[in-house]
Amino acid sequence: MPTDTDRREITLTSIRDEARELAAPPAQGPPVPPSETGYYGLPLLKRPVWSASVPLYFFVGGAAGAAAIIGAAARARGRNRLAHDARWMAAGGALISAALLTEDLGRPSRFLNMLRVFKPQSAMSVGSWALSAFGASATGAALTSSAALDVAAAATGAVMTTYTGVLIGATAIPAWSEAVDLLPAHFGASALGSATALLELLGHRDAALHHLATVAAAAETVAGASVEMKRSAAVRPLKEGPSGLLVRVGGLLSGPMPLALRLLGRRRRMARRAAGLSAIIGSLVTRFGWVRAGSASADDPAVPLKLPRA
Amino acid sequence: MPTTAFLTDSTVCIGCKACEVACKAWNEVPQDGYVWTGLSYDNTKALGHSTWRHVKFVEHEAVPGRGGHAAGQPTWSFSSDVCKHCEHAGCLDACPTGSIVRTEFGGVFVQPDICNGCGYCVVACPFGVIDRRPDDGRAFKCTFCYDRQKAGLTPACAQVCPTESIVFGDMADLRREASRRLDGLAARGVTDAVLYDAHEGSVGGTHALFIVRGDPVAYNLPPKPDVPSVYLRRAWRSAFVTAASLIGAALIAFAAQSHAH
Repeated sequence: MPTDTDRREITLTSIRDEARELAAPPAQGPPVPPSETGYYGLPLLKRPVWSASVPLYFFVGGAAGAAAIIGAAARARGRNRLAHDARWMAAGGALISAALLTEDLGRPSRFLNMLRVFKPQSAMSVGSWALSAFGASATGAALTSSAALDVAAAATGAVMTTYTGVLIGATAIPAWSEAVDLLPAHFGASALGSATALLELLGHRDAALHHLATVAAAAETVAGASVEMKRSAAVRPLKEGPSGLLVRVGGLLSGPMPLALRLLGRRRRMARRAAGLSAIIGSLVTRFGWVRAGSASADDPAVPLKLPRA
Repeated sequence: MPTTAFLTDSTVCIGCKACEVACKAWNEVPQDGYVWTGLSYDNTKALGHSTWRHVKFVEHEAVPGRGGHAAGQPTWSFSSDVCKHCEHAGCLDACPTGSIVRTEFGGVFVQPDICNGCGYCVVACPFGVIDRRPDDGRAFKCTFCYDRQKAGLTPACAQVCPTESIVFGDMADLRREASRRLDGLAARGVTDAVLYDAHEGSVGGTHALFIVRGDPVAYNLPPKPDVPSVYLRRAWRSAFVTAASLIGAALIAFAAQSHAH
């Protein structure tokens, strides 16, 4: 049974504890509460500074690279007229690519600095060398029809179709790095779809082009589905807002749409033309969608800061 | 050569912005707009091509009676942000021209006479520091006062800091100084001060250490920054498989078709 004195002692103890706490106030106010928004919700990352030239280059460079592959394969089977046109498409595409990339530089007069060093750890460096080698071999192949240059253009063209996926995948932008495994395959399939369609629209009615375009559309359908199946907060810009709309429309136009047209309207010329046009527009829209998604992703601090709403 | 670093201690920062001014004055960095953000007293918002030191004003709700605060008055933590000068720097890896280099002091430096403004470093920085200056075309960020360090001088921001919130020195010395300060803070009852030093992730440590109170996230300091180079292996594997598939598909398509003929 506590006595009255005991009770008063307990009171004194609690007064002493309270006094001790108040006598040593924190040097700078109370503890800082956890952050729900980061720093005023301001972006952590910087948006890509690239102009429209860069997604346009992704399209042109990819299609040119795939054209070189088609040209070399066509030549190997004696399809010389197709090989000829594919070669010129590759060479022309390489020239336009170089112009687009130079235009986007902050200091275009320094474009040759791209070849000052070779850095395997920089996809931009690898890509600059790949474009240079591709441009030289594709132009040489178009001018001379040399078999060796055809092979060289196809090999460097294969890099052209896929490295742009590495370029944006291996960055600090969450929407891109989250899709790092998918991007090179996605852009490669997109490049094949647009190159085959362009050659078809030039009047080549080769069954091989139709088959390749069908394969490309099927691969693009799978790529689109795998974007849709990703659930993480990082890929939200690929599904939501203006960038999500572009990625989805681009995906539909380069995947399911041409696939359906080619499978159902196999024997109809109009269906093949429509499938080709759809694939070309889809490929273009896809690249713009992904670049735009990069900006939206950079604007959202929730993912890199691992905020609760992410 | 010694490996140098910054220690920026938010607990003694008074938010005077002398570091921002000194950086601009010494490095002749252009003005970055006359903009009122409404975000406390911070009208600069973030590091960028023309802001190489940036003082953040993190506002907290004050608890009346604690630490001398009255009701309704916010309290601040100020923290001067700067390029982290990563051990494994995304911008340095990304730079295709070799413009971005590692200096003998351990910092990351953009050589302005080489940069051609490709913009790839901008998306490679996990801290959102480096940016391309639109009217100039080249990428800029904190130089770690490479010129001053070469001349044996302290970087301009650390030179002017009136409270020793920004300390410049040898990396190992600064780590010791950081733990000395944290111990001192704990002894005075400030138990929520932490050292932000991203040495566990793939950036492998930085040459800019920060003492902040509370969650570093409140200061836009990412909890697990990754250098984008960690994605390269997966990306190139996918590119290689795709490239081989494209060539294979083309060969098969034309072979099958010739066969059909």
